[in-house]
Amino acid sequence: MDKGFIHRELMGVYAVWWREFKVFQREKSRIISSIVQPLMWLFLFGSGIGASVTIGSFDYRDYIYPGVLSMLVLFGSVYFGLYIVWDRKLDVLKAILVAPVSRISIFFGKVLGGCTDVILQILVLFSLSFLFPAINPWGIPLALLLLLITAIGMVSLGLALGSLFESLEGFQVVSAFLIFPLFFLSGALFPITEKLPLWLRGMVNLNPLTYTVDGVRGALLNVNIFPLYVDFLIIIFFTVIMLFLGSFLFSRMK
Amino acid sequence: MAIILTNALKKSFGRIEAVAGIDLGIQKGEIFGLLGPNGAGKTTIIGMLCTIVRPSSGSAFLAGYDVVREPARVRRQVGIVFQDPTLDTVLTGRENLELHARLYSVSSRARKERIDQMLGLVDLKHRADDITRTYSGGMRRRLELARGLLHRPAVLFLDEPTLGLDPQTRARLWEYIKKTAHTEQTTIVLTTHYMEEAQHVCDRVGIIDHGRIIALDTPEKLKETMGGDMIVVRAERQPLEKIRALPFVSEVRENEGALEIITKEAHRHLPKILSLMKDVHCVEMRVPTLNDVFIKLTGRDIRDDTVENSGSWVDSVARYRQRGS
Repeated sequence: MDKGFIHRELMGVYAVWWREFKVFQREKSRIISSIVQPLMWLFLFGSGIGASVTIGSFDYRDYIYPGVLSMLVLFGSVYFGLYIVWDRKLDVLKAILVAPVSRISIFFGKVLGGCTDVILQILVLFSLSFLFPAINPWGIPLALLLLLITAIGMVSLGLALGSLFESLEGFQVVSAFLIFPLFFLSGALFPITEKLPLWLRGMVNLNPLTYTVDGVRGALLNVNIFPLYVDFLIIIFFTVIMLFLGSFLFSRMK
Repeated sequence: MAIILTNALKKSFGRIEAVAGIDLGIQKGEIFGLLGPNGAGKTTIIGMLCTIVRPSSGSAFLAGYDVVREPARVRRQVGIVFQDPTLDTVLTGRENLELHARLYSVSSRARKERIDQMLGLVDLKHRADDITRTYSGGMRRRLELARGLLHRPAVLFLDEPTLGLDPQTRARLWEYIKKTAHTEQTTIVLTTHYMEEAQHVCDRVGIIDHGRIIALDTPEKLKETMGGDMIVVRAERQPLEKIRALPFVSEVRENEGALEIITKEAHRHLPKILSLMKDVHCVEMRVPTLNDVFIKLTGRDIRDDTVENSGSWVDSVARYRQRGS
C-alpha cells in the first residue's frame, strides 16, 4: 500500500462527509423538526405523565431525558442511513461510486456524516439540560461518548438496510418493525424493574439501545441497572457488528 | 496511439449477450462515437471500459491499464457523464465540482483554479453559486461535462449526452463537447442513437447493433459506402425493377411507401428516373445520412427500436418528414 493510496482514501472519506455536512446545513426544516420532536416528548409527554408520575426521587421529565437523547440517536441515525435508498433513486450516489475511492471509504464517510448530524442535534438538547434540575452536567462528556458509539452503530444499521432496499417502501417496514420496537423496548420511557412481565424484560435485555439508555441515565442521573462497563461492552459489540455488516452490504450494493 | 484497446470484449447477462465480442482501438485525442439503437450494447461497453461492469470474457485496456485487473488506476484516468443526470441537486454548481475534486484527490492548491477554469469553459460562472436544482436541463448537462473533465481524465465517456434535451440545447451542447475536447485535449467516447449527433460531433463512428460493431470509420467514409446520393420519390406508380435496371443506379429500396434510390450524380440522373414514374407526389434529393447507412447494414431504421419513436402512425409520419432535414 503506497502513501498515495491512503491519502486518496482519506480524501474520499472526507469528501463524502463534507457532502453530508453541506446537505445537513441546507436542510434547515429537517434540523428543526429533528429537535422539536424530542422537545415535545420531554415537555408535552413528559409534563403530562409527570403530573401524576414520579420515578424514584426523580421528576418524570428528568427521568426520561436520557431516554429521549437515546431516541434521537436511534431515529436520526437509522433514518440517515436509510436515506441512501433515496440517494440511489436520484442517482446522486452513482457519480460517487465510480470515483477512484473504495466502497469502504464511502461507507465510512457516510457514517461520519450521519454521526455529525446526530451529535450536533444532541448538543442542542444538552444545551437545554439546565431546564432539567436533576441532570448532572459533569456526566455530559461520558453520555456523549456512549451516544456517539451508539450513533456509529445505528447509522451503520441504517446503511446496511438501505443497501438492501430498492424502494422507499422499506422505510415503513423498518419504522414499524425495527425502530419503534427498539425505542419502546429500551426503557427510554419506563424503568426496568422486577415488576416488568418476564417476556417484556427478556426483550428489553436483548435490545442494544437498552444499554445506551442505561449508560446515559447512569452518567446524567446516577441510576444504573447494569454496571457501566457492561453498557459499554454491549454497545461497542453492537457497533462493531453493525460496522462489519454495513460495510459488507454497502460494498455489495448494486 | 490507442488510448483504448479491446480484444474480443464480451458481456452476457444470463443468456442474453449484450456485447458479443468487440475489437476496438480508439485513438488518443479523438471524439469517438458509438452509434446504434437502444439496447444495442453501447452503455454496457462504456460500463466495462470504466470498470462498472465486469466483462464476461475478452480484455480491455485504457491508457495502458487493464480494466479488470487495475480498476483503481483505470478509474483515475476516466471521467463519466451518465445517461441519467447524477448531479447533487442539494449542492451548488461549485460545490458539485468541489466534491468531485476531492473524490479524485485533486490537490487543494489546484482545486479552486481548476474549478473556475472549468466553470468558465462551460459558461456557468455566473450561476456557480446557485443550487443546481434551479438549473435548466442544458445547464445541468454542461456542469456534468465540466465535472467529468475536472480531474483531467485521459478519456471522457458521455453516455447519450443530449438525451431528453430540445434540439437547440442539443446543438449548443455539441459545440461545448467539441470545444472542451479541443481545449482539454481529452479523448471522448460518446454513445448516441441520434445520427446527427454522431455525424456532427464525432471524428470516427462505430455503428453497433446487437452487441457487435458492424461498421467503423469517419462519418464521411461511412456515408461514401452508400455509393452515391439519395433520391427519395413518392409516386403512384413506382417501377422498382425498371429503376434497378438503370446502369447508374447502385441501389433501390422501398421504405415506408417511398422509393429510395442511390446513385452517383443524382442531379443529372433525376429526370431519367422521374420519367419512369407516374404521378409523382414528392421528390427529395440528398446526401445519405448515417441512418441510411444503418438501414443499409441492418435493414432496420435506427430509430425503430427507440422508445421515444415507437408506436403510433403520427410518429412514423413525423419520422419520415424528419429524415429530409
